[in-house]
Amino acid sequence: MTELILDVHDLSIDYRTPRGKLKALRNINMQIPKGKIVGIVGESGCGKSTLIGAIINLLASNAEVTKGGVKLAEDELFNLSKKQMQALRGDRFSMVFQDPMTSLNPVVSIGNQMIDIQYRDKISKKEKAAKAAAMLDKVGIPDPESRLSQYPHEFSGGMLQRIAIAMALLVEPELLIADEPTTALDATLEVQIIYRLKELQASQGCSILFISHHLGVIAELCDEVVVMYSGEVVEKGSVRDIFHNPSHPYTQKLLQCDPAAIKQKTRDLPTILGSLPDLIEVPKGCIFAERCDSASANCHENKPKVSQLNDNHMASCHLLNEAGALYA
Amino acid sequence: MTVSSLKQMLVMPSFEFLTGFKLAIKRLCKEPLGLLGLILVTLIVGSAILAPWIVPHDPIAIDVLNRLKGPSAEHWLGTDQLGRDIFSRVLMGSQVALKVAFSAISLALGFGLLLGLIAGFGPAWLDHIIVTLFDTVRSFPTIIFALAVVTLTGPSLTTIILVIVVTSIPIYGRVVRTQTQALSAQEFILAERALGASMPRILGVHMLPNVIGQLLILASMDVPIVITIEAGLSFLGLGIQPPTPSWGTILNDGYLFIRNTPWMIIAGGIPLILCTLGFTFLGESLRDIFDPKLRKDI
Amino acid sequence: MWFFLVKRCGLGVLIVCLAVTALYLMIHSIPGDPASIILGPRATEEMKAALAVKMGLDQPILIQLFNFFKDVFQGDLGFDVFSQRPVIDIIMEQLPHTLILILVSIMWAAAIGIPLGCYSAIYQNSLFDKISAILSVGTIAIPSFVVAIYGLLIFSVTLRWLPAIGAGDSGDIADQLTHLILPSLAVGLGWVGYISRLVRSSMLETLGANHIRTARAFGLPERVIIYRYSLRIAILPTITLLGVGVGYLLSGALFAEIVFARPGIGKLIFDAVSTRNYPIVMGSVLITTILFVIVTTLADFVNALLDPRIRAHA
Repeated sequence: MTELILDVHDLSIDYRTPRGKLKALRNINMQIPKGKIVGIVGESGCGKSTLIGAIINLLASNAEVTKGGVKLAEDELFNLSKKQMQALRGDRFSMVFQDPMTSLNPVVSIGNQMIDIQYRDKISKKEKAAKAAAMLDKVGIPDPESRLSQYPHEFSGGMLQRIAIAMALLVEPELLIADEPTTALDATLEVQIIYRLKELQASQGCSILFISHHLGVIAELCDEVVVMYSGEVVEKGSVRDIFHNPSHPYTQKLLQCDPAAIKQKTRDLPTILGSLPDLIEVPKGCIFAERCDSASANCHENKPKVSQLNDNHMASCHLLNEAGALYA
Repeated sequence: MTVSSLKQMLVMPSFEFLTGFKLAIKRLCKEPLGLLGLILVTLIVGSAILAPWIVPHDPIAIDVLNRLKGPSAEHWLGTDQLGRDIFSRVLMGSQVALKVAFSAISLALGFGLLLGLIAGFGPAWLDHIIVTLFDTVRSFPTIIFALAVVTLTGPSLTTIILVIVVTSIPIYGRVVRTQTQALSAQEFILAERALGASMPRILGVHMLPNVIGQLLILASMDVPIVITIEAGLSFLGLGIQPPTPSWGTILNDGYLFIRNTPWMIIAGGIPLILCTLGFTFLGESLRDIFDPKLRKDI
Repeated sequence: MWFFLVKRCGLGVLIVCLAVTALYLMIHSIPGDPASIILGPRATEEMKAALAVKMGLDQPILIQLFNFFKDVFQGDLGFDVFSQRPVIDIIMEQLPHTLILILVSIMWAAAIGIPLGCYSAIYQNSLFDKISAILSVGTIAIPSFVVAIYGLLIFSVTLRWLPAIGAGDSGDIADQLTHLILPSLAVGLGWVGYISRLVRSSMLETLGANHIRTARAFGLPERVIIYRYSLRIAILPTITLLGVGVGYLLSGALFAEIVFARPGIGKLIFDAVSTRNYPIVMGSVLITTILFVIVTTLADFVNALLDPRIRAHA
């Protein structure tokens, strides 16, 4: 068995709301092997952000972990004290957030922010600045030394996201978590940044958890993919398995909806009909049954089991339980 | 867009006052500070209305034999330098304070509404001028402005009200302007216009109900400020003129005789403090209940 | 940055010019002619005519206005009706007292209000937060002149701890400081509430911002996050408030000066109003306006210095 850098096991999280408990995540299981890039796909509201919040232990104050846990290498994160957790953040794992324009402090210069995050290292400020400049150079910021004294508003969105990536890599993390890092950028920039990220990952040897709803990016960058729907993992496997042999109806629909996959000119883009289920009164059967074309009475009544389709390709669907061989 | 949904959009913004009022009382009772404010305000408004009937003595009757007397069964809060009953003067003072507050705020609200609508609907240059005027007036020291006016016109009730109206117009004008601009960009207003509704109709049916709730909350928060200005000017001898009782003049009398009779100051100041606290607590609770967004304007 | 500087100063000059014009028009809208008002009811016709010529009242209004502007910008605000001394000299004698009072008041209010608001935001909804919220509303609601009178009654008249009137001996710093305690308490008390509420709300907003989440995700120590990354942003609206609030401060100072018989521009204006000494009133109002414009402009500059975003956009 490969060494795991991150192991989310059986994780369930509720949000307390005025209407009652909103069950945002239910029994999430997913792993990130050392040195691999794992992508999470799913539409907005599927619990991606809650999952990240749980991993870095910065959940909203009304969130409550009801079951399971997160292991970073050997450490069970929920057992750590606040202090120990703080020591992990920005050391063993780091984050790149979605919106580069707002995720850097507007009144502290880029250089100072990059120096501040190295506060654990016992080297001089000058050396820290040199390291920061070197890292900016690596992510492709021209003339890095002079740009250290500039403020976020003096950079474009693409530049800022490179800086954010540089900051995340600067601390040499074991795990880098990137939450839709390219969503706010245009397509050409997106490709540049993806390749840069892949290069740097290879040279630093860290693992990456990459969240996106852009399937093309996931296919390009990741080794493994986790498909989430409404707070559950519905399918996971290697990029090849997911893209060439999608087994859960939701994954199949998702792939059909990807505009890049549509070959013919059409006026109507394919969509998944219906809307996300209410997570306060979670349906008792399959979570996707409401929107699934092939749903039977069984699907509405009972939760599907996880079918193991090959070594690391898994999906939760009743259709697979009945005719698993057909898909495997 | 279907006809029925359009209709719904047009009907939706109407404000149901009665249910709103009941809701406000209900929610207020749950908040200790809001409830305290409500009780204080009820007490003060009640005594202001009933003052002429419940005063134990004539508040302006001079009794030179009994001047500067301490509290007694006859005079609950003692007498002032002319032998007038302080308790009666304090009671009547509440009426004066609320009269000034009510008239000044209604006038300011009216003018503010008008100027705000002009700024919101009018051309950009006019909007610019009005906003600059609002900003300047709002931040200019009220009392010093009042002093300059009083020098020219002499102290009187009209002068106080004039000063207060001028300095409070921006409070209302700004909100009306912002609301007008936000609202005129909204779909149901566009729909109305597309259907050929006239400007007065749009204003009357949509703008007012939307904006009036906010204005009333602001007005209730403005009461303590206005009462403070009135009391302050009267304290300086530039506001309400003797023998009419006002909390400010009572404080001034007390200040002059501070070494002989401390109760005059206490009698003039405590109601003023209770009144400003009461209206502030009430106003802030109302704002929190109905319109948390207003919070940003402090 | 330079463009911003010039633009902001231009606006300031514009406001002062408007104020000068408004003042001039106000003087001339007094019922009756200014000469007879200045000279009083016992003036003879010859005296009035002589003064009218001296004041340039016989010339067209635009020329009068121009001359008025010229005088004002040369620092000539006319002469005191009683002592015949230049108004500007009298004002400049009184101004420092007011400035010191305002400065001391706002400094102690900020020294208490900023930490109060900051900790209320960090420990949102705690008991501390709730108590400080009530205290803040309370201090804002109580009129400053009532604080002044009650302070006088309690600490000077009853307890005899602090001096009641004046500004203290001019050579004796300690004496001057004890004379400052009560007036600055009266002027500053409401500001404790204003500042703490403003700092609390802007701190809450900042602490919820994306970049603070980033700082947390990098495990930065809480102390760095609060002082270096949040407070610097949360403090900006407070500086604007102080700039705009100089008007309220002046009003507060006026009451404190009158109650404590302290020299200063407020007391000067008040005494002049009581004796209908127009040149002093108008001169003081004008100086106050200029002071007000300078302070608001200054606040904008400080904001621009602290916030690189404003520097760029303005």
